[in-house]
Amino acid sequence: MTAIPRSTPRVLPGLSLGLGISILFVTLIVLLPISGLLWQLAQLTPADYVRVMSSERVLTALRVTLTAAAAATLINGVFGLMLAWVLTRYRFAGRGLIDALVDLPFALPTAVAGIALVSLYDRSGWLGSILDKFGLQVAYTWWGIMIAMIFTSIPFAVRAIQPAIEELDPDEEAAALTLGANGVQRFLRVVLRPLMPSILTGVGLSFVRSMGEFGAVIFIAGNLPYKTEIASLLILIRLDEFDYPAAAAIAGTLLLLSVILLVAINLAQTRMQRYLRTEG
Amino acid sequence: MTFQALDIHKSFGDTEVLKGVSLSMDEGEFVALLGPSGSGKTTLLNIIAGLAHADRGQLLFAGEDITRLPAGQRHFGFVFQNYALFRHMTVAQNIAFGLRVLPRKSRPSRSAIAARTRELLEMIEMADLADRFPAQLSGGQRQRVAMARALAIEPRLLLMDEPFSALDAQVRQSLRESVRDLQRKAGVGAIMVTHDRAEAWALADRVAVMNEGHIVQFDRPEVLSSNPSSDFVRLLVRADAA
Amino acid sequence: MTRFILIALSLLFLGLMVILPVIAIFHRAFADGFGAYRAAILDPETLAAIRLTVIATLLVLPLNVIFGVAAAWAIARFRFVGRRVLLILIEIPFAVSPIVAGLCFLLIYGAYGPVGALLEPYGVQLMFNLTGIVLVSAFVTCPFVMREVLPVLMVTGEDEELAAVTLGANGWQIFRHVVLPNISWGLAYGVVLTMARAMGEFGAVSVVAGAIRGQTMTLPLQIELMYNDYNATGAFAAATVLTALALVTLVLRGVLNRFGPKREAHA
Repeated sequence: MTAIPRSTPRVLPGLSLGLGISILFVTLIVLLPISGLLWQLAQLTPADYVRVMSSERVLTALRVTLTAAAAATLINGVFGLMLAWVLTRYRFAGRGLIDALVDLPFALPTAVAGIALVSLYDRSGWLGSILDKFGLQVAYTWWGIMIAMIFTSIPFAVRAIQPAIEELDPDEEAAALTLGANGVQRFLRVVLRPLMPSILTGVGLSFVRSMGEFGAVIFIAGNLPYKTEIASLLILIRLDEFDYPAAAAIAGTLLLLSVILLVAINLAQTRMQRYLRTEG
Repeated sequence: MTFQALDIHKSFGDTEVLKGVSLSMDEGEFVALLGPSGSGKTTLLNIIAGLAHADRGQLLFAGEDITRLPAGQRHFGFVFQNYALFRHMTVAQNIAFGLRVLPRKSRPSRSAIAARTRELLEMIEMADLADRFPAQLSGGQRQRVAMARALAIEPRLLLMDEPFSALDAQVRQSLRESVRDLQRKAGVGAIMVTHDRAEAWALADRVAVMNEGHIVQFDRPEVLSSNPSSDFVRLLVRADAA
Repeated sequence: MTRFILIALSLLFLGLMVILPVIAIFHRAFADGFGAYRAAILDPETLAAIRLTVIATLLVLPLNVIFGVAAAWAIARFRFVGRRVLLILIEIPFAVSPIVAGLCFLLIYGAYGPVGALLEPYGVQLMFNLTGIVLVSAFVTCPFVMREVLPVLMVTGEDEELAAVTLGANGWQIFRHVVLPNISWGLAYGVVLTMARAMGEFGAVSVVAGAIRGQTMTLPLQIELMYNDYNATGAFAAATVLTALALVTLVLRGVLNRFGPKREAHA
């Protein structure tokens, strides 16, 4: 972290204005809405909450969403690491272009991604027709959901890991080589360990994003209740039915899961990075 | 066991860095490669270690041709200029690393590894710092750990790339003695790259003076001082405040 | 050898997962010929959607720029109680699903929510109209400008600003002449990101937009509508507009990296 220059607060102007604007904005745009959800949740009795969350439709939607997100995150973890490594350590033609393209899913609107993916994997699509020959169906199944989640989360995985790879000291790998370690040993013991915190971050952000992804998923998902319905769609459906308590219950659960995951990752990282502390 | 480098040539792109370098040393001997930057001494060391490859020439160790042998199999200890300690491992884990990555068959038991690690920690007088991380050590301490780590694998040859350059004068003095000590105790031959004449004089049995990709003179320090073979050597070895 | 395999696998993965879908968009949009494409783009509903999207985005932009710069300034230059809290709060939109975000806004600013109910008697409606779209778009895009400007401020340090103070400049002069030039690249990129994201936001806007054709349909919603109506050419044609914008965003990022100031990793 950059050392922040110490400045006596009153020398530079703009603290009150800057802080005032920030607080106003954050309150109106972030705090109030979140508290709106909490307020709604507070009106739910525990019994109501359990009733909503234990309905088979909700449980199925959660299961579909979480398993697809987990699978997508796993794949993104592996390929994200690979991409980050290749982009940082190797020089090859078109590297700059590829590096820029990694951000495409982040810049592309989710609805656009959604229709693009479904048109690719639909039976009449370029990839879907090939898969169909093998009897494999991706569109309108759980697999389609997973693929859409992979698409939208690629940038999170790659961008979280890249800076950490840049920080690695190639001499440590050379040292391990002279000490007799083979390729696998060098990778696991000297390269992977220091990268773990950033991999966790990338994976965590990837999972949270996948869990909440809507636009890219609903076109390819099929959205059949009890089969291929994702949690965020169910929230929308309950909303349209004016069943705000149910919508809030599901939304609150998703939000809680995200928060727990991010906090857990943060804690794990702090532990992993204790070797960075310079005092005993 | 003797080590020989024969007629080593190395170019980087259009620049020829080593122009036919030959060197031979006896078992247990301490050799210094002394020269200004750009003389090719670090390149030569890297080639000996297997971290770089010569365009032409041969490397022989105890009669065995190791020119094409991968670095991981040469069994030479290497001390890097910036030590390259594994940041995320403790001192003890750093030292034990070379032993823990040995193939199953030749790997010692965990207790044997622990014992050897302790032995080395005592040798470098850092037994109470075994669980520290490199970020928590001083420069001199890191240097000693780097030495111990290289010695742990009982190397056939010890290679050191400017091992003291990152340290201040006082620390350098005391470390010189302990490095020489460790090397003698281990009975292993050593090749050290340095640009510091006083260091080379203090530590080496023989000094190879390098300039622009050649070894211009290779002899005992006293001989270099009394019989320099060229003006370059004479100016280089002129006694100055160490 | 490993190099080759890794590079090949990475390119294959990216090509399959990212590049192919983009090609598919353009292919499908022009599959019925250029005439059909042109007609689709000029369709009145689509144009209305584009107009609405652009207006909403242009309204969100100043909000985010002012907030982003204000927050970045406060965080970079000062220590205050709640500094870390502010940083965390700004990161929240990344952790929240867009549907959940839309729901939150409905719950608080909708006619039955605590704030909405207060304003309803005065005839002020915040949801299911342009205001709602602007509000949720502000939520999902609020980190962008700040996250681009903050590292720049941290790196450039306050020396120039302090010098300006000693020379007698007031706050606005310092901002105009010293701070703004320094942050211009980061700010520009933050603006571009905000625009791209605001124009493309789908999930959150779905919840609060009100879904009235020709009136409250933003471009992404219009795309969904056309797609569900089996108007593939129309949907993909509209999609090309947004895709082109996304590609422009990427190009600008490349330009920023090449010509902008050196940035340190976001603290």
